This record gives sequence, C-alpha cells and structure tokens, in this order.
Amino acid sequence: MAGIPHDHYEPKTGIEKWTHSRLPIVGLLYDTIMIPTPKNLNWMWIWGIVLTFCLALQIITGIVLVMHYTPHVDLAFASIEHIMRNVNGGHFIRYLHMNGASLFFVAVYLHIFRGLYYGSYKAPREITWIIGMLIYLCMMGTAFMGYVLPWGQMSFWGATVITGLFGAIPGIGESIQTWLLGGPAVDNATLNRFFSLHYLLPFVIAALVAVHIWAFHTTGNNNPTGVEVRRGSKAEAEKDTVPFWPYYVIKDLFALVLILAIFFAIVGFMPNYLGHPDNYIEANPLSTPAHIVPEWYFLPFYAILRAFTSEVWVVQIASFITGGIIDAKFFGVLAMFGAILVMALAPWLDTSRVRSGKYRPMFKWWFGLLCIDFMALMWLGAMPAEEPYASFSLIASAYWFAYFLVILPLLGVFEKPLPRPATIEEDFDAHYPPKTHAAGTTPAE
Amino acid sequence: MSHADDHDATRRDFLYYAAAGAGAVTTGAAVWPLVNQMNPSADVRAMSTIRVDVSGVAPGTQLTVKWLGKPVFIRHRTAEEVEKAKLQDEEAMGDLVDPLARNDNLDPSALAVDANRTMPSPEGSDEPAETWLVQMGVCTHLGCVPLGDSGDFGGWFCPCHGSHYDMAGRIRKGPAPQNLHIPPTSWVDGTTILLG
Repeated sequence: MAGIPHDHYEPKTGIEKWTHSRLPIVGLLYDTIMIPTPKNLNWMWIWGIVLTFCLALQIITGIVLVMHYTPHVDLAFASIEHIMRNVNGGHFIRYLHMNGASLFFVAVYLHIFRGLYYGSYKAPREITWIIGMLIYLCMMGTAFMGYVLPWGQMSFWGATVITGLFGAIPGIGESIQTWLLGGPAVDNATLNRFFSLHYLLPFVIAALVAVHIWAFHTTGNNNPTGVEVRRGSKAEAEKDTVPFWPYYVIKDLFALVLILAIFFAIVGFMPNYLGHPDNYIEANPLSTPAHIVPEWYFLPFYAILRAFTSEVWVVQIASFITGGIIDAKFFGVLAMFGAILVMALAPWLDTSRVRSGKYRPMFKWWFGLLCIDFMALMWLGAMPAEEPYASFSLIASAYWFAYFLVILPLLGVFEKPLPRPATIEEDFDAHYPPKTHAAGTTPAE
Repeated sequence: MSHADDHDATRRDFLYYAAAGAGAVTTGAAVWPLVNQMNPSADVRAMSTIRVDVSGVAPGTQLTVKWLGKPVFIRHRTAEEVEKAKLQDEEAMGDLVDPLARNDNLDPSALAVDANRTMPSPEGSDEPAETWLVQMGVCTHLGCVPLGDSGDFGGWFCPCHGSHYDMAGRIRKGPAPQNLHIPPTSWVDGTTILLG
C-alpha cells in the first residue's frame, strides 16, 4: 500500500511468525488501526466512528427484531405490536432500531457536509467520495424499505409514492414498477421482497464501508487545512501525524459517549418524536392519509421532487424539447436523483485547487448558504404542496443545483484564496505553541 | 507471420469467442429466472377480473372497490351532476392538461369529453347516458387515492400533492400528468359490472 510511511507489524514470537506467513491478518489490522492520522483533526472528524457504530447498532438490533417479526400483510402490523408489548425488552430494541436510523442520517449528513466544506472530495480522494455516495444511496434504500416493514399507513403510502417514481420513467416505467412491486400495487409480494432486501443491504453497506476505509487509508485522511501530510520520510510524516490508536480512538469514543447520551435520552423519553403517528394505523389500500410525509431524512430530496410542476418554465422547455417524453412527473424524479448526482460529481465540478473552505473567503458564504438551503428544503418537504411553499421549494431546489453546477466551477476562477500553512505541523504549532509542551509544564487543569 | 501461425490464431480466436459467448448465454439463463421471479405470481395474475354488484349504489353516491390491489371508484351520478358535468365539458375542452380520455374501453386516441369518460347505461335502463362513471381511484401523479366530492372542480382532490380532478375525473390543476384512468368495464346484467 502506498500511503504515509509508518511502522509496520513485525511478527516476533514463533506463533506470530507462523500465522503471519500463512495469513497476515494481524498485520492488516495493525496497519489499519495504527494509520498515521493528521494531528490537527477537529471535532467534525468524529462522524466516521459514529457512523460505524450506527451500522453495527442497526445490524445487531435488526437481527434481533427479525426473530419476532412476521413479513406478511395480515400479520406484520400485529407482529410489531407483539414486539412492542410482549417480547421482553422488545419495545426498547425496536425504539433503538427506529431512532438508530435517525442517528445514522444525522451523522451521515454532518459527515457529507464536513467533506463538502473541507474539500475532502478533491483529488486524490475522489474514489473515497464516490464510494461514500454509494453508501449513502444504499442507506436511503435500506431505510426506505425498513420503514415499509411495520405495514402502517405511512409504510404503505410511502412505498406507493416512492415506487411510483419508477413508474414515471417513459415507456418502460410501468413494467419496472410492476416488477419491483410483484403485482399491480403494493401488497404481500412487495412486503416480502423489501424484507429480504432490508436484511441484505446493510451487509452491502458494510462491504462498501471497508472499501471506503481502504481508499482513504491509501490517500491518507484530509484535515482542516487541506494541506497534505509530508511523506518524504517517516520522521517527516511523524511531525504531521499521530497514530490512530490510541489518540483518535480515545477522542472519537469520547465524542461517541456524548452523542449516545443525547441519543439514549431521545430513545428513552421521546422515542416517537421523529416518527409519524399515522404509522400506528394499519395499512389500508383504500384510504390515503391526508398528508403523506417521508421520514425527516428524506425531506430535502422529497422537496426537490415536488418542486418541479408543469407550470415551471424549465419543465415546459424540457417537455417541449423532448416532445413530451419528459413531463413534470419524470422531471421531478430526474431532479431528485440529479440532486444526489451533482453532489457525487463535486470532485470534478469544483475547479478550485484549494481544498479547505477555511482559506476560501468567497466559498465560505456560498457554502453557508448551501447549509441553510438544505435545512430549508428539509422544512419545505414537510409542508403541504401549496403556496407559498411551492415557490420556496423551487427557489431552494434551484440553489442546490446552482451551487454544484455554477458556483463551484466559477469560484475556482474568480476567488483569490487566502495564504495556507506550508505544513500541518505549522498549523498545529500556531494553535498549540510547541514551547508549552516542550517545557513540560503542568497540564491545563 | 507465417500462414500456419495465422491459422492457429484464427482457431484460438474462435475458441475465445465461443467460450465467451457460451459464458454470456449461461449467465443470462441463470440470471433471468432470478429477475423473473419478481414479476407478479400466478395467484396475483388470476385476480385480474372481478364482478361488482352495484344495485346498492344510490344516485349521488360512490362505491369504492379493490381491484388489482387498487381502488376503483364507481360513481352513480344524479341528473343534476350529469348537467354540471356537461357544463364542465364545455368549459374544459381545448384547455385540458391531458386531452385524452384514458379509457381502456375506447381507442387510445379518444378525446376526454364526458361521453368518452363515462360508461354507457345498462341495457333496458331508463337512466340517461353518462350516469355511471367508473375509474381507477389512483392519482396519476404518484398513486395516492384521491378524495371524492372535493377539490376546486367538484370532483376529486388528491391530498398528497394537490391534484384537482373535475366531475369527469379529468386532471385540471396540480402535478398529475393524466386524467384518472378508466379500467375495462362491461355490464354483466342490469346491476353487475365486470371489471377487467
């Protein structure tokens, strides 16, 4: 592996040498856990550990829940109530799993926006970024299918609306939708396959996570300055880095403890706060709830989906050019997937050579606006489809695309970046002057 | 290159193509059943026609039945509603989002006039034409069930994303691209409708 020069595992005893020459697994784990990590990482670099924890939490609680759940339209809703009322500690395990999904998405959004601000997606970390986007897509698929399993009203109608998106594809859409559902509408066949895939996808995510880690262990972590670790020699690299174990493990675990304190407060005292009461009504194919809303983590993209109606001029132009093949419905679907695609293409859309937003005076403002835009879209996605929300949604969706397709490419040309530190060590020493710790003073109380 | 070498290469190339071709066909043959098992199963396909007794549907009311897992609205219009629908017909034609009838019983190019949207009255009935309106209760936007007797046009309103349908189930306002679809229907006798 290329990467930053550091000590490697040396088998010493006989048994270690015997194993290492047959399966170098201890060496692989050692090199992974001892990876030299930039010593200036701030608190936004903790989300990776939180995400790993979430994946483990969801898989473990999920496997346990499956022991009591029945994937059948007549029994699914009752089996969830069975878990809630009869299974020993079942209500708590289910609440952990429900809210675990929310924690997962909180962490992934902060992780993604960290990457967007500090330019973590830029060369040479494009593959890490793309794999991250694939993980995010798998997470959305898993969460969506998991939400269908309790077979409540929101489960059923959410599944109907989202699989309807595939029906919007011109020509072949309806056959694809029927194939996905296993029938003309969401029914038992749909529930069964969603259950199967909901169990499968987390393991796909786990495999992608391994590749994600492999990729950024090859390039090394980004850091708040965006300046690369020096890798001329081991001594030089050691001035910019500390080993992941024990330094970052302890720091990340500390952060995880604080986050879990909040998480368990929510699980314990307000477990249904992020859910929707309609999902405690059993699914009824003949009655749509008055107001279908997806889970909070889908709202920004749901708002983009709904923003493009037939009155919008871009939709009318697209419809005219394609001779009506792209109608408002298909345009909305394209916009929703496009919103994620443009984010995935950020490494090639951003023309600035400066990685970190810290040294980009104009970028900072546009990025801040993007964060506000994302929150605004999340709020708008939960509002009914009427004025003034429809117009706001359109403006907010337009900014999302403008940020990636116009602002990022142009900023690299027009912006004059601020001077950057030459090395990570220099930046670190500016914050923690070397005199104080070299002199061996007493630690701060 | 000698003639013999050339000959060898051709034979080897043939083996490569034959092996790759056989591999591709085998892979396809193995994958197709795995894809096809997700298509509707025989019991689901068997439920594609049902009979509905509409003798109890009084004028001015609507019966909702489940067909192919989806709701079907069977509307028995009053004489007054027929009149109103005719007025809407005049005001709407030429200005429709979707000018087609979307009626499986008619030619796909049939226009969305009220007469093409409604079902003929049963034989021997003294009710006027355009009394029965049978349509899928599935919003053509993203598949929600619209609410009856509501919306800006006195027809149906989809609460999900705000599509308004008129008294003939035609889309008049909102994001839905098409009129409510009309399934294949026929009268079995004076009071029974065959769906599908």
